[in-house]
Amino acid sequence: MTIQFNKETFRDDYSFHNSDWAIKRFPFPFHEDSYMYSVNMEQHRGGPAGSVYEKRFDVDEHYVSEMEDRAIVLAQDPLRCQSLPHMTLAGWDTLELIMVSKSEDYPELFELHRDGNRWRWINKPMNIDHTFTFLDETTLPCGPLEYITRQAQGDFAVLDQRNDMLYMDAGMVTTQADWSLDFDIGMDFFEWHAPVPLAHELGIFKRALKFLLNVQQGAPARRLNWTMTVNPLLDTSPENYHKWGIQKTTLTPENIGAKQHLRVELQTFYRLPRSNALLFPIRCYLIAFQDIVSVPKWGRRLHRVVRDLPEELATYKGFIANRPMMLDYLSQYDDGLPTSPGVWPDIDTEPGLQK
Amino acid sequence: MSAAPQKAKAGAEKIQVIVKNIVPLNELVTRFEFVRADGNDFPPFSAGAHTVVEMHDAGRTRLNPYSLMSDPADTSRYAISVRRDDAGRGGSLFLHTQVKIGDEMTLTYPVNLFSLDLRARKHVFVAGGIGITPFMAMAAQLERMGGQWELHYSVRTAALGTYVDELTAKYPNRVHVYYDDQSQMIGLDDLLDGQPLGTHVYVCGPKGMIDWVHRTASEHGWPDEAVHSEEFLAPQPGKPFQVRLCQSDMTIQVGENESLLEAMERCGVDAPFLCRGGACGQCETDVVEADGEFIHRDHWLDDDDHASGKKIMPCVSRFIGKTLVLDR
Repeated sequence: MTIQFNKETFRDDYSFHNSDWAIKRFPFPFHEDSYMYSVNMEQHRGGPAGSVYEKRFDVDEHYVSEMEDRAIVLAQDPLRCQSLPHMTLAGWDTLELIMVSKSEDYPELFELHRDGNRWRWINKPMNIDHTFTFLDETTLPCGPLEYITRQAQGDFAVLDQRNDMLYMDAGMVTTQADWSLDFDIGMDFFEWHAPVPLAHELGIFKRALKFLLNVQQGAPARRLNWTMTVNPLLDTSPENYHKWGIQKTTLTPENIGAKQHLRVELQTFYRLPRSNALLFPIRCYLIAFQDIVSVPKWGRRLHRVVRDLPEELATYKGFIANRPMMLDYLSQYDDGLPTSPGVWPDIDTEPGLQK
Repeated sequence: MSAAPQKAKAGAEKIQVIVKNIVPLNELVTRFEFVRADGNDFPPFSAGAHTVVEMHDAGRTRLNPYSLMSDPADTSRYAISVRRDDAGRGGSLFLHTQVKIGDEMTLTYPVNLFSLDLRARKHVFVAGGIGITPFMAMAAQLERMGGQWELHYSVRTAALGTYVDELTAKYPNRVHVYYDDQSQMIGLDDLLDGQPLGTHVYVCGPKGMIDWVHRTASEHGWPDEAVHSEEFLAPQPGKPFQVRLCQSDMTIQVGENESLLEAMERCGVDAPFLCRGGACGQCETDVVEADGEFIHRDHWLDDDDHASGKKIMPCVSRFIGKTLVLDR
């Protein structure tokens, strides 16, 4: 399949949009009509053809424009990419994993030619053709982590593992749901998760850490997380909260279908072979409410999830103030019919809206 | 989410290999070198990682962990060095006596429970006997990265000094060898006392040596996080006992020469595991009911867990008594 890359923006005029193809493959995160935290991990070994789960690193129609947006963020704030001195090897691990995966999974878009440590990397969508020496930083224009994650969608946290603990010791973070690498750098797993409500009491993080410490080479894992974003903004960072936070007040009953977006993170976990660090890619997918409700099952279910979500979670996810307006909009698309189990759109088997 | 639900199998991912070379190193230790059966390169690994070798020994499946001791940068082969233990449970004897060049075998992907702390300004390795193996890979990795390291290696005799010649030839200024039969001892107090801040010490060898290094480092005020050790335990034989597995709804017998984990596997129970040596914590199992005495041998559970009678590590621990019911 050839991907048509969108010309679009994630700021100013917000020309971001999803094609019909992108809507149908959207990683809808609710497998039932309600939501609560869980350590919802599963193996990351492919998925149905065409789904976002199929490839190790999904490339879609937003690739080129997302990379342009990342370059803008980095030009304004270079601290969005950091790597503590002991994490350089993990950066090379990351570069190797992404280059090998993309060239194998998308041979028409990416090529990797290796002759010992002499590597030639061709990225056709971004017009890059670069020969360098693997493990020799002087042959790249920047560090290996920054180099490759300027060419890969989603954020990347690189976690060092020692003393039965994970540490946020490197990363590339420009498409985040309101957290800051510059603030979290060097923190341990419990420290950087401290702001999350309810989950600590449920023992979620203790179990999640135990699971992650045991993610092994050759056996990556994945889970979904979600939140809400007004306007298709990739960079909802604390650093820029003064720019995007206020946009939450611009919702009206007329524009909510176009402006309010469900934001879903496909989080994957890879044990890195040379450094024994853990790579944590966090890939952000955005979809406007008006596009979600074009899938009848998803329209019904999203209404029920948003309606029944505990107050603490709606507050933490930043949409408690807009919840009544969201429910007014979404209730139009909920006719009370039952929904089929699982996350898939089931367009051919689920009935259309009955009102 | 369940995009494509798959139940994870116990243990790490597997790689089919062919025995490429068998190199006896001395009276007790032999090196086994493997290439991939599919002709591809192996995945790279981090120094300190081990692989679990699957052996089919007369109808019995043995799974033993061994440190990968080849150069981590060499993805054309993996190598392990195995000390023959005539009084052991038979895994090392099987490798020494039954395995031939050209045999097909199964290894797991590398799993690292003994990794380098890459923040360290300097790495000090303390090895005893066959405990040298992870340091072979660590030395190769640090040499390539330009890391600071030194090795203090205690062996019984010159004849049993596995890799002594190779190490001293390659790294003459970094390697210090101590011979038991000449009454040479690692001067641990002086060694630990003189290290610059940011040094990490790693020990692999017999249990007594590991305890000695931890204790001495602690006495010298070293932070615990700067002292690393790895000791794989082999399951010890013991009296047969009976176990009720309530999730699986079966009652099984654990034989004298098999571990509880092995007995579960023999009966078709897919119990989780990684290291099979009491170190990684993967096989931790809840005890539902027990009337008898636990023989805990793992390094994973703490003393309180051991005393509580609520948990057991079936890879190395056993039980003597009337009733044992596990949540498995």
